[in-house]
Amino acid sequence: MDQSLLISLNAAREARQPAIVVTNLSSGAKRLVLSDEIIADPLSEILFSRLKSGKSGIEEMENGDQFVQVYVPSVRLVLIGAVHISQAIAPMAAACGYDLTIIDPRTAFATPERFEGYTLHAEWPEDMMGDDYLDPFTALVAVTHDSKIDDYPLKAALDAGCFYVGALGSRKTHAKRVLRLLEAGADQEVVDRIRAPIGLNIGAATPAEIAVAIMGQIIETQRKPVTLGKKT
Amino acid sequence: MVDMIKDKFDALTVAQNWADEGRQIAIATVVETWGSAPRPTGSHLVIDSDGNFEGSVSGGCVEGAVVFDAVDAIESGEPKMLEFGVADETAWEVGLSCGGRIKIYVEPVAT
Repeated sequence: MDQSLLISLNAAREARQPAIVVTNLSSGAKRLVLSDEIIADPLSEILFSRLKSGKSGIEEMENGDQFVQVYVPSVRLVLIGAVHISQAIAPMAAACGYDLTIIDPRTAFATPERFEGYTLHAEWPEDMMGDDYLDPFTALVAVTHDSKIDDYPLKAALDAGCFYVGALGSRKTHAKRVLRLLEAGADQEVVDRIRAPIGLNIGAATPAEIAVAIMGQIIETQRKPVTLGKKT
Repeated sequence: MVDMIKDKFDALTVAQNWADEGRQIAIATVVETWGSAPRPTGSHLVIDSDGNFEGSVSGGCVEGAVVFDAVDAIESGEPKMLEFGVADETAWEVGLSCGGRIKIYVEPVAT
């Protein structure tokens, strides 16, 4: 492998552009195919199908076995609320390879010191989330307890079909939240997708433990698609 | 802090950083698995010529052997294919206790 290929591949991953590396396992020859180059590639049909499935594997060809490795962009996690739990979630999400953004309009919470090195927006979610901000490859977690901050992004996440939508708060708090969302015109079935009380039921008590419970539930939802949209 | 975490957990980022430092490196990749393999196809391990490594291609079962072959590959400049199956009864044989089989492609990075 050439170092230049490694640099280009990492640049594509950083830019969230899907990329494929094809390695001829007999000759060792290797090439990088970026998502917008697939159409012009001699193996375009195979590469498109690999990209769609996201699965890497060996293709048997006349000129030897080719290993086709697919690199898809990492999953995004949008955290509403720059609270103590968020400080615990941030390094866990980074370790799990999630692309993390934290949003909280309260400048006392959203300080660079508290979230050093992370992408942080001290803004109202409705002001900074454009129409295409959320997508099905994004998880949204709202942890402020404040309906003025949480409600808008929760509704937006449901509308965008985010694969995971979770909200912190007791059953009572959540019941009120559900009523507000229904009044705002959301369907019951859609509102039911909100995971609340948030996180796996492991008896988590401290902010770090709650962060583990939330990350566990996000990972479960991503990796076990069967549970999508079902309440556990 | 994000970079520190990412540097540690993402083998390809580690690979680039090591290469930038002028280290001679190889990348090992799981290219095929059968049965219950500990790490999925596409998993990476990066190795330098001193035998330092980051990432994983198994649950720690075969990394030692892969590192040994990777140092070889760095010296020879030639890629090689390794295959591991169930751990052998003989104590010196490395293998997968989970009962799976994996194929690992090891290639030196030319700087």
